[in-house]
Amino acid sequence: MTERHATAVRSAVTRALRGVHWYLKELTGEARWDDYVRHCAEHGHQPMTRREFERRRADELERNPVSRCC
Amino acid sequence: MSTTVSRSDTDGGPPGGAGRRRPSLKTVIVWTAVAIVGAVAWTVLALARGETVSALWILFAALSSYAIAYRFYAKFIARRVLQVDDRRATPAERLHNGIDFDVTDRRVLFGHHFAAIAGAGPLVGPVLAAQMGYLPGTIWIIVGVIFAGAVQDMTVLFFSMRRNGKSLGQMVREEIGIVGGIAALIAVFAIMIIILAVLALIVVNALAESPWGVFSIALTIPIALFMGVYLRTLRPGRVLEATAIGVVLLLAAVIGGGLIDDTGLGEALTLSKEWLVIALVVYGFVASVLPVWLLLTPRDYLSTFMKIGVIVLLAVGLLLARPVLQADAVSEFAREGTGPVFAGSLFPFVFITIACGALSGFHALISSGTTPKMVAKESQVRLIGYGGMLMESFVAISALIAAVVIDQGLYFAMNAPAGVTGGTAESAAAYVNGLGFDTTAQDLAAASAAIQEPSLVSRTGGAPTLAVGIANILSQAFGSGMAAFWYHFAIMFEALFILTAVDAGTRVGRFMLQDTIGNVWKRFGDLSWRPGNIMASAVVVALWGYILYVGVTDPLGGVNQLFPLFGIANQLLAAIALTLVTVLLIKHGKVKYAWVTGIPLAWDLIVTMTASWQKVFSADPRVGYFAQRQRYADAQAAGELLAPAQDADQMDRIIYNSTLNGVLQAVFALLVLVVVVNAVVVIARALRARGAVPTTEEPAVPSSIVEPSGLFATPEEKRAMAEQERLVGAGTRGHGTFTEEGPSR
Repeated sequence: MTERHATAVRSAVTRALRGVHWYLKELTGEARWDDYVRHCAEHGHQPMTRREFERRRADELERNPVSRCC
Repeated sequence: MSTTVSRSDTDGGPPGGAGRRRPSLKTVIVWTAVAIVGAVAWTVLALARGETVSALWILFAALSSYAIAYRFYAKFIARRVLQVDDRRATPAERLHNGIDFDVTDRRVLFGHHFAAIAGAGPLVGPVLAAQMGYLPGTIWIIVGVIFAGAVQDMTVLFFSMRRNGKSLGQMVREEIGIVGGIAALIAVFAIMIIILAVLALIVVNALAESPWGVFSIALTIPIALFMGVYLRTLRPGRVLEATAIGVVLLLAAVIGGGLIDDTGLGEALTLSKEWLVIALVVYGFVASVLPVWLLLTPRDYLSTFMKIGVIVLLAVGLLLARPVLQADAVSEFAREGTGPVFAGSLFPFVFITIACGALSGFHALISSGTTPKMVAKESQVRLIGYGGMLMESFVAISALIAAVVIDQGLYFAMNAPAGVTGGTAESAAAYVNGLGFDTTAQDLAAASAAIQEPSLVSRTGGAPTLAVGIANILSQAFGSGMAAFWYHFAIMFEALFILTAVDAGTRVGRFMLQDTIGNVWKRFGDLSWRPGNIMASAVVVALWGYILYVGVTDPLGGVNQLFPLFGIANQLLAAIALTLVTVLLIKHGKVKYAWVTGIPLAWDLIVTMTASWQKVFSADPRVGYFAQRQRYADAQAAGELLAPAQDADQMDRIIYNSTLNGVLQAVFALLVLVVVVNAVVVIARALRARGAVPTTEEPAVPSSIVEPSGLFATPEEKRAMAEQERLVGAGTRGHGTFTEEGPSR
């Protein structure tokens, strides 16, 4: 395997892992915080603390229960 | 709400702006190859009698059928029948509030939706149906999902999305009528209670007299609590971190369970079914009044990851182990209807026993709940609704394979109720030999020793059988010596998401109850009123807890008695959902496509009504609840004891349970008939009007989002997205995900 192949394989693997990480963060909702910080930066708002932010998200879940099927 | 005549959408353009094209040569070759693989696999399954057949043929038949159905039938439904229109903004875009209405990436929403629909149901039904042989279950799971289950999920999702994510009950009330609406509301609530009770019954049966199982399941509670506290105070929001720790602890709990038998704890954790009922009821109540961040949410993360992990593991295991089918294609019980696992003939009872994975009415509640409020583009209902259900069907197929590759003597010894097996290895072996299967008491003892359980006789409910199947496949694939670990791992994994479903279901039931009673007693409807929450939770838990207790103490075997009720209830809910979407197609002036949901509806009504009729009116006491009642009541009057009852008290219990089950069965069927009759009136009115009639569909608003419709973006979609990015400027996607005061979920 040439050097170029190795680099290509490595970058493909990195891309795949990054994709999995992105997916899991989105699925669990962890990424909402990143979105929020970006949003605040764009609009010049002062973001609340992460603790406060996650607490509000949890309260939302309390009001909107997600059903789980059989 | 505005009322529109939705004729305007009949000119709806094809999604993504792509027109009809001639398929390329490559496409033709690929799809021809898929069709050939499928045809060969089906032929092998259909013609093989008595030869050794690899279980992989079932897998290939399923996968190629799903691929063809998704590519052609689902696309036809999206374009021609529903006429999805990506120029229209979805409620997620129009009503964006960052809380429940939130534009979500299609792949992420697929994950959310799948996690919400797939639980223990598709794992258990196919295992029980395996008593009829592998072929009936395989055919029904694959054909059923393609023409009924996935169609229901996708169409309900679409129509709810066009109505701002209204619930099934709301849509029935507004589109069919108030009578149908009330019947649907009661049916949904009652069916939910039955489902919770049966799910809990499966856990009880899997954990009874199994200290290892009890130990590892019990530990999931402190693990989830730890994760909850971790995410709340230690490291807020680091879900992946917390989940990784949770999974490691969970595996440690399963391994640790193997060691406790030698300690004093082993005896203390050997619990009877009655004790487990009490534990579950207390747990269910406490869990549903605790804040969600403490227990429900972290456990949900664990159960979602375990679900995906185990499915992948099992699929890889199957490919590596390539097990051989042990069951007959069609067993004699299918022909005679005398099977011990559940009574009744192939038609209608295979179609009842396998609900989840083929056609599950419960999904209509999720397709009309959270999911429609998060869809980015209309055309994505194909991936999320149809595709999500295909995925669940694949889980059901894997479970079926796990059940039909284990020794069939063992299968029947495990799944026949204790009333007939006698409960010991010797009596069970004699019973199974009587059925015509080879096994010995030593074989049964060896099988239970291999997985370090005291006994496998009459471990009904499907979960233990599936766990034995999974343990076999994974030991074959990854080396022997770990069978006991894999068995308890599988039990833990099933119990984990049954408990999540019980917990979430109790909460949803509580909301429903508070909402309904709130109409007459305002205060009770206030969801933040603590005493109201506690009262409503107590009522919901008491209802399912009572039925669970009835099932556990039933001398005839709770699973044998209650599982048919569960399957019928679930598919009666599907009948309500399919009735609604058929009415909507007709109201929208699409009579010529009404067969798409009308045929599965007709089939589902034939199956559920035949089954309900037989369960209520059959003169065969093993099938009909009231005939069963009569038989035991007559014996009691004559002062006799009838097996399996051992005393007068058990005679009373059988008589009482049969009456209760029969009444519930009749009530469910009647509620559905009310909805159907109401729908027929509405359909007749719509047909007389010739063409579209007013519905509650929201008027079209142009969309400004550009997103792919399928799993992978096509070249045209990529171009369109790049174009959009250029026009509006980068960084606009995700804009508005937040209300000023707070974050989204």
